[in-house]
Amino acid sequence: MKRTLTATTLGLSLLASTAMAGDVRMMWYSDGVEGEVMKDLMARFNAANPGINVILDEVAYKVVQEQLQIQLEAGEGPDIARVTNIKTLAPHWLDLTPYLADPAYWTANFGTHADWMREDGSTAITGFMTQLTLTGGFANKTLFEQAGVALPGAGATWDDWVNAAAEVAASQGTAAAFAIDRSGHRTSGPNVSYGANYIAADGLPAPADAGVKAFSEKLVGWVADGKMLKDTWVAASGSTYRAAADDFINATIPFYYSGSWQIANFSTKIGDGFDWVATGSPCGTNGCSGLAGGAALVAVKYTKNPEEVAKVMEFLASEAVVKEFSERTLFLPAHAGVGAKGGLNWQTDDKNVGPALDKFVQAAGEIEPNAAALPSWKWASAYYGALANRISQVMAGEMTLDAALAKIDSDIAEQVAAAK
Amino acid sequence: MAVGIKHLAGAVATAPLTWLARLIDPVLRLWQRLAGRTGMIAFFLTPNMAIFGVFVLFPLVINVAYSMTTGGALFLSDRRFVGAAQYQRLLSCADYSAISTCQEDQFWTAARNTALFVVLQVSLLITVATITALILNRDLKARSFWRAVFFFPVLLSPVVVGLIWRWILDRNGLLNAGLDAVGLAPVNWLIERGWAFAAAIGVTIWAHLGFYALILLAGLQAIPRDLYEAAEMDGTPHARVFWRITLPLLMPNLLVVIVLSLIRAVQVFDEVFVLTGGGPGTATLFLTQYIYEVGFASLLKNPGLAAAASILMGGVLIALTLVQLGLGRRNEKRGKLK
Amino acid sequence: MTRAGALLTRRRGGAGWHWTDVVTFLWLGAGVIIMFGPALWLVLSSFKSPAQLSEFPPTLLPYEARTAAVEGYDKPLPLFVVTDEAGTRTLAEVRRVGTVAQMVDPANPAEVQRINIASRTPDRAIGFAWGNYVDPFLRFDFLKYTMNSVFVTAVATLITLLTNSMAAFALSKYEFRGRNAVILLIIATLMIPLSVILVPLYSIVSAAGLMNTLWGVILPTVATPTGVFLLRQYMLTIPDELLEAARMDHASEWQIYWRIVLPLTAPALAVLAIFSVVWRWNDFLWPLIVLSRQEVYTLQVGLNAYAGELNVQWHYLLATTVITMIPVVLVFIFLQRFITAGIAGSGLK
Repeated sequence: MKRTLTATTLGLSLLASTAMAGDVRMMWYSDGVEGEVMKDLMARFNAANPGINVILDEVAYKVVQEQLQIQLEAGEGPDIARVTNIKTLAPHWLDLTPYLADPAYWTANFGTHADWMREDGSTAITGFMTQLTLTGGFANKTLFEQAGVALPGAGATWDDWVNAAAEVAASQGTAAAFAIDRSGHRTSGPNVSYGANYIAADGLPAPADAGVKAFSEKLVGWVADGKMLKDTWVAASGSTYRAAADDFINATIPFYYSGSWQIANFSTKIGDGFDWVATGSPCGTNGCSGLAGGAALVAVKYTKNPEEVAKVMEFLASEAVVKEFSERTLFLPAHAGVGAKGGLNWQTDDKNVGPALDKFVQAAGEIEPNAAALPSWKWASAYYGALANRISQVMAGEMTLDAALAKIDSDIAEQVAAAK
Repeated sequence: MAVGIKHLAGAVATAPLTWLARLIDPVLRLWQRLAGRTGMIAFFLTPNMAIFGVFVLFPLVINVAYSMTTGGALFLSDRRFVGAAQYQRLLSCADYSAISTCQEDQFWTAARNTALFVVLQVSLLITVATITALILNRDLKARSFWRAVFFFPVLLSPVVVGLIWRWILDRNGLLNAGLDAVGLAPVNWLIERGWAFAAAIGVTIWAHLGFYALILLAGLQAIPRDLYEAAEMDGTPHARVFWRITLPLLMPNLLVVIVLSLIRAVQVFDEVFVLTGGGPGTATLFLTQYIYEVGFASLLKNPGLAAAASILMGGVLIALTLVQLGLGRRNEKRGKLK
Repeated sequence: MTRAGALLTRRRGGAGWHWTDVVTFLWLGAGVIIMFGPALWLVLSSFKSPAQLSEFPPTLLPYEARTAAVEGYDKPLPLFVVTDEAGTRTLAEVRRVGTVAQMVDPANPAEVQRINIASRTPDRAIGFAWGNYVDPFLRFDFLKYTMNSVFVTAVATLITLLTNSMAAFALSKYEFRGRNAVILLIIATLMIPLSVILVPLYSIVSAAGLMNTLWGVILPTVATPTGVFLLRQYMLTIPDELLEAARMDHASEWQIYWRIVLPLTAPALAVLAIFSVVWRWNDFLWPLIVLSRQEVYTLQVGLNAYAGELNVQWHYLLATTVITMIPVVLVFIFLQRFITAGIAGSGLK
């Protein structure tokens, strides 16, 4: 019996490993419910297009961060991928222009962010943003109410927010006052708010400046006096990504700095547990900036079926589908037409979602120029990785901040040198 | 009854194989006639050595080549040759007594952590395994149950081991709940440097203890009973019995255990990676994780550097093993002379 | 207790407890708690709902919130025990707004009471969240992952047994030049962890077109040095006279291997089979790297998808961890004595 079973699975696995014409593989990760929405959309597409079979591979975010690159280097990988690291991997994306029915539609609606996912100086159309995200804060309104502390208003600084949250933490006995994701991308908005500029005049990375030092100093101080949840940054090494979303969802912290992609996640998981609000980015000396970003759906250069890939992309980038996708996943659309028309009917009963999304749209107007330049800059992820790696070492007490800043500079310089 | 089922199962499983074997026999007889004994030796060795060669030896050799290249490309042909530059980068420090002045400070941190881990974990593991073996060697009721108790964690996957203990040692986990219940203050086990390191040692010992204890147990059971009886009749104190009879006769097995556990300790990765991720900071960052991150997972990848680090690690391992085997042979010779 | 004590102290020659007996009892007792305890805790935790899992202090057994169907409301409402100035009573919660909960008495649903959330605790009874086990199979392709793991484990074990025993036979029963070099080479590679040859191995497997296939997972792992070593040690104890006699009866070398040596090596083969099953079932890092298409995921890799940082679903993670543990535990229970017998008989002394 075992032999027959083995033979069948052997046969099946051999089948699975041979790509069939008309197959389009999509590598997809989810922050919340996007996976289900995408499955549904792909089922509709497959039904309407019998010659094309879209296979959706749902993977953990970590797989996209860590393993996609090496697959691409080997000339393998999926046909389409949902990626956040779009600029660094730009050499691997396919230029869809020759396969698209209407390239002008793409330029008109997605042109603003096209530089984020193609090499410098290129005019290729490689894909589109599945959503626009913005980093920003969330506060547990119920905890603030219970503690009798007022939510800081517009123009409140980082110190205002952290101190208010600390009062809430003390009164309500939570583990810490706030947390921020273990990611250089997350701390870059605040760094810029304190005057940081990562990009030197020649487009290469500039040394970590006073702005970086100012905010990093604050972070280290907050870890030391227990205001910031130590676990997130300290409990891993290297540039490993860790989110503190679960801590916010479990009401372990009253204030959480993350980004707009968490909204759908919070809505599903918090449910009725407590009321929460989006706060925008707290202010520094030079502004109240967050960092824009988002995940893009890009076509991979090594695909064997570029025409089919283009058809799938056109379906997903069409106005109606973008609108539906955004309404169901509670993401802000990157489609200029959908954004301009407005009137999105968010599919949720959760009354916290609408105001939170509106707040992020409003906060988008406060992005500083230094931050706005980052998503299309090719050395951004080297900077983010070095920041996460070294600042966490300072928080763990392994080196001084000055030594860490020097190391950040040398880490990034080595990356630049290796790429030459 | 169990024996009967075993035999039946054996017969059923091997029937198609025996049929296949009988089928191949004429072909192999022919081969034997043509190529002689040497040909048959080659036949038996080839499948294993071929797989071995392609998937173990060849990558090893290529690894040396990788360690002398730089760049982000995956395939060797696309990479740039730089000679010993990667090794230089790994080993250069402005001041060798201060790790932070090293160019690759995390490599040195990983090396130092690994060295400390190996010394502490292996000595503790051997001690605990020996005591366990001695206890299991006693005349116990339900002996196989007790053996099972200690061997159980060996069968769990490293991911499962890491997850179970991460779950227990979590800030809100079982251990802190227990401390809370008896009125002691909870400790954030995986966030405090010293405790995280201790946890790494403890968890890996937990996961592998049974394996080594059983090897030692086999060695203990091979010691002839009459030696003990004679000692008892002479009224020898227990300590003396242990040091003069048990330990020397257990030495060959102890040596095997020490070599195996040392090799494994230098390569520690899976359980600790799931348990602490190398944290807090770099407190539990060990060499294998450093290589994995630098070569593979980090946003700042450098496969050539990872290859160089792995060659160095391999070198240390080989040196250590040869030293131990040398010591063992010397011991054996001494034993033979007795 | 005293009988066991008597048994234990028997060889010490005398009634009463020797210090070694105390140590023995303590050690064995601690052993059971420390070795089995965590696994037991894992199993118990796997039946808890996500909300329960984030509680501190955690409860030993899993609890579920009690609900009641209340007139005038479509869905059953969760029950809470409320303690305030008006006494202690059980109320059902309609909704929570900020720090105030609107609750009703199920017997008197018309009247809505406003209770501060601090004065209420959930009313719970022991309940097992079976959904944790069922959902992964329904919502995710867990059955597929299991079949993949079974395939990899079975095929890898068969290939391992065959190739390792053939190599061990050649290395133990034949004298030839370079034999010692080969043996040393095999043992030396025990010292090379996978992570050392990761990048070159990746490029080789990729060049061979084995990426995202189960064979890419199987092939690099089957030439186990431990296996060859173990089998060789055992085969060395088989008397050469048996082989010589067979040769005189015109048996081919293949027949000698197949019909004499292999059956005699059965105990060691059983040990290797058990270890191979456990190793392949538990393989993590290599399958993680080779497989990025869901339909070829093995169980351990599928498990890791839950442990990804962005969306850790502890309740599914724990349940699926228990599921991956089950085959190993079964192997353990039924074949445990072979392991110890095999290690003892492999001539490690």
